[in-house]
This record gives sequence, C-alpha cells and structure tokens, in this order.
Amino acid sequence: MIIGNVCNVGLLAAAAGTTEEVTFGVDGLWSYELFGQTLWITTSHVSLVIVMLVIIAFAVIANRVIKKADPNEVPGTFLNIIEMAVEAVDSLTKSNMGEKGYKFSNYIGTLFLFLITANLSGLFGLRPPTADYGTTLGLALITFILIHYNGFKYEKFGHITKLFQPVLLTPINIIGELATPMSMSLRLFGNILSGTVMMGLIYGLLPMLLQVFIWPLFGVLHGYFDVFSGLIQSYVFCMLTMVFIAQTFGDEEG
Amino acid sequence: MSNITNEGLILACSAIGAGIAMIPGVGPGIGQGIAAGLGANAVGRNPGARGTIMSTMLLGQAVAETTGLYGFAVAIILMFANPLLGKL
Repeated sequence: MIIGNVCNVGLLAAAAGTTEEVTFGVDGLWSYELFGQTLWITTSHVSLVIVMLVIIAFAVIANRVIKKADPNEVPGTFLNIIEMAVEAVDSLTKSNMGEKGYKFSNYIGTLFLFLITANLSGLFGLRPPTADYGTTLGLALITFILIHYNGFKYEKFGHITKLFQPVLLTPINIIGELATPMSMSLRLFGNILSGTVMMGLIYGLLPMLLQVFIWPLFGVLHGYFDVFSGLIQSYVFCMLTMVFIAQTFGDEEG
Repeated sequence: MSNITNEGLILACSAIGAGIAMIPGVGPGIGQGIAAGLGANAVGRNPGARGTIMSTMLLGQAVAETTGLYGFAVAIILMFANPLLGKL
C-alpha cells in the first residue's frame, strides 16, 4: 500500500494541482488495464529503458573492441579504460569475498554498471530510475535471494538452525534477516530521491531568469547530489551485497 | 475558526508532521561526523592504510544513514502520498 503510494507521488501531486513547475515525482505517461487494475507506464520506466539501451550499446561496442584487440599492439584509450574497470571490479570482489566469491564479480560488475548509469542519469534530465522504490526493491530482493541461496549451499541445514542460536532471540534474528533487503533498498532509494527532491525544490524556488545567472550553484549542487551521492551509494550497495554474500561462505575460506 | 475543513486540518497537521519526521536527520549527522573524524584520525596515524580506512568509513556512514532515511521516507509519504486523506 505504502509502496504503491510512494510510486504514485507524481500522480497525486498532479491530481491535487499543487505543483506545476516543481516536478520530482513519478509521472504517469500511459495507463493500461491488466486484470482489472489500472497500471501506468511512468517516467521511471522510460528512463530505465534509456539506461538499459545505453548499457547495451556500451556492452556491444566494448565487445567489438575487445574482439578486435591485437595483443602485439599498444591498446587504445577505450580498451584501456575497459580493462581498468574490469580489473578494479575483479580485485574489489576478490578482496571482499575471497577466492570462493570470485565468480560473483560478473554480478557485481553488472550491478555497479547499472547503478552508476542509473544514478548519473539525473544529470541528463532524466528522472533517475533508482529514485523509484520498485527498482531498488527489485535489486535488493536479488541480493536477498543470493544470500539465502548461498547460505543453503554452503551452510546446508545450519543456515536455518543459525536463526535459533540463542533461542530467546529467535524473533529478533528473523526480523533482522527480513530487514536486510528493506534497509538496503530504502537506503539507495532515499538517497537518490532526496537528491532529486532537493534539485527539484531548488529549481522550482528560483525564477528562470535568475537560474541563468547563478548556474555555478546548480553545477555544484548537481555535483554533490547526483555525482558524489550517486557514486557513493552505488559503491555502498555493491559493497553490502558482497559483504552479506561473503558471510555465508563460513570460515573454511582462506 | 469555524471555517477550517476536515481536509485542510489533515493537510496542515501532515505538513507539521512531515517537519517533525525529519528530526531523525540529527542522529545520522552526529554519527557520520564522528565516523569521519575517527577516519581522519586513523589516516593521520597510518597514512598507508588510506584506501581501506576510506572504504570502511564510507560503509559505516552509509549504514548509519539508514535511520535518517526512514524519517525522510515518512516525511515524503506525508507530503506527497498522504494516506490519512483517504480515511476521511
């Protein structure tokens, strides 16, 4: 109920006729009926599709460049950047998850690429897809499933008995497990949404004429809210995913 | 005084509530400040471990921020997706 309400922030604001210029909510573009429910294609979906297209184009170009690469020649700028990024993700995964977690570098790299592109999309006038609770909850649920799949894989039945370890604390343990995806998704969602709301309020606060004269202020604010905050939050989300998954590997690594 | 509608009363009280719901912002501010101060302290003692200290500090600060963001979520819900208006 609450999730649905937050996703329809823009719809309610538009219905109340409160904000014409200050728009930072999710705006519905088209509606359609499915199983008797009215569903909306919103601005989040549009920017999500744009972000995905950008990532797919990047992946196709990178794939071509890598296939054409000649080991006897000096690599070009683009190839160098790709290699550096892949090496950085690999070493980050290895240092946080150990040898056993090295296979997760694929997933972590994908997550990193998606989150960085999505968080930076606010710079290009899109509404960041991660400022919609649906996107972040989906990402956090993937992490949740990965945690418990690997928990059962490596700890077998101990993954369940671990919950009852001090018998009195059983409810707290269960709530703690369930709170993990909630807090992860809310952290990303809240940070990006707060940046979007702040920028929307500041843009709505000043008349157009004044905005032209004090553009350095907007540059600094975009630098903080979009670039700094977005990069930190994508780093933190990937870091937490790695730490939580690596917890289930137990002591045998090393 | 008699011309305040029910809806207006709920909207006014929700605006006050949204302001009060942002009080949790104080806690993460203090906590992040302490974490950053201790991080600077640690870099001063051991400049070689700068990268590790930085990532640990950022992780801790991001986790400390969660409670503030819960307050922010409540404030946003009260402002833009008010569940109380539907109860009239």
